[in-house]
Amino acid sequence: MIVAIASGKGGTGKTTVATNLAQVATDQGFKVSYLDCDVEEPNGHIFLKPEIEKTTPVYVPVPVVDESKCTACGKCTEICQYSAIALLGKTVLTFPNLCHGCGGCMLVCPAGAINEAGREVGVVEQGRANGIQFVHGKLRIGEAMSPPLIRAVKKLADLSEVTIVDAPPGTSCPVIQSVRNADYVVLVTEPTPFGLNDLKLAVDMLRVLKLPFGVVVNRADIGDQAVFNYCENESIEVLLQIPDDRRIAEAYSRGHIIARILPECADFFISLMKRVICANLKSKRC
Amino acid sequence: MLVAITAQEPTLESRVDQRFGRARYLIVVDTETGETNVCNNEVNLNAAQGAGIQTAQNIAQLKVEAVVTGHVGPNAFRALSAVGIKVYKASDNTVAEAIDGLNEGKLTSLDCADVEGHWE
Repeated sequence: MIVAIASGKGGTGKTTVATNLAQVATDQGFKVSYLDCDVEEPNGHIFLKPEIEKTTPVYVPVPVVDESKCTACGKCTEICQYSAIALLGKTVLTFPNLCHGCGGCMLVCPAGAINEAGREVGVVEQGRANGIQFVHGKLRIGEAMSPPLIRAVKKLADLSEVTIVDAPPGTSCPVIQSVRNADYVVLVTEPTPFGLNDLKLAVDMLRVLKLPFGVVVNRADIGDQAVFNYCENESIEVLLQIPDDRRIAEAYSRGHIIARILPECADFFISLMKRVICANLKSKRC
Repeated sequence: MLVAITAQEPTLESRVDQRFGRARYLIVVDTETGETNVCNNEVNLNAAQGAGIQTAQNIAQLKVEAVVTGHVGPNAFRALSAVGIKVYKASDNTVAEAIDGLNEGKLTSLDCADVEGHWE
């Protein structure tokens, strides 16, 4: 099964939940893949410390126009939703950094004047970490187009029993790309007005995508009751509450997997594993 | 000659819109006859990306020889250059003042983009 860890607000603890859940599930005997899809700033490797075995560049197809064949009909510019190809007089100009690589311009060109070239958007790195199959994407600095790289990261999920997807924050295209084929989504939030506002956005997104989800409240004893009231009113399951504990913050700041350092944290993530993974897989190991 | 001026309102008394790609209106002026024609560019106002390119493409179809605006980013400048449209800068002027300035040769032309994309 695929479990995506997402959040509306950044900095709520997605990577903490994703890496710890991956580690406890591995320690309980599951075959686990961890995919860091937050390719703009991946940080799962800081905690899982993988040995990278393979690095693969990822390209998006961009159009190259053969001027000798182009009839300046403008069909390519009409289909492009991103203004990555434009007709100026009789000249077709391309803007590769705006191109999403959909290939539409090549399909509609009646003169067969558009060919495909590759533009590197980043790399995918694969390795192993404490028994976990580890994959992350690193977006090229200055690059704005992350979904094709996220797609490449997700393609490398092997057929593990459990695939943990660490999604970027927010509700935009990169997040949709990260969570879209998940069997279950864990939304991490904090009990503050910011946490609540962005949780609502994320909930609205998942309801449109029709994905089942539950909420983890991190630093659950700060802030106010509004997140809990919201979840109750909306019949959203609160899967886990992680306390605001200085020992957790210290272990995190040193790049440790907190479930390995603090026994009560191991219990938190085992309970999360049971509610999310075991309940779905109906595994005898739980 | 035909000139396109970016404008906040569809009148000659309007301020020149300092944004090229996301200008609300394009006012096309024939500098010989004084004849004007207003084009609505609002569709590009909320474009996710590529507003400057789209606006340049629209302007190219208007067969103008020059553009008067505040600032032009690199993609828009490349697109305008491809069809040989000159770019003149008008800072805090009305459209009418910009036309006078152009006729009197007081506006400076740009030979490259003067701002980054998404400069605002």
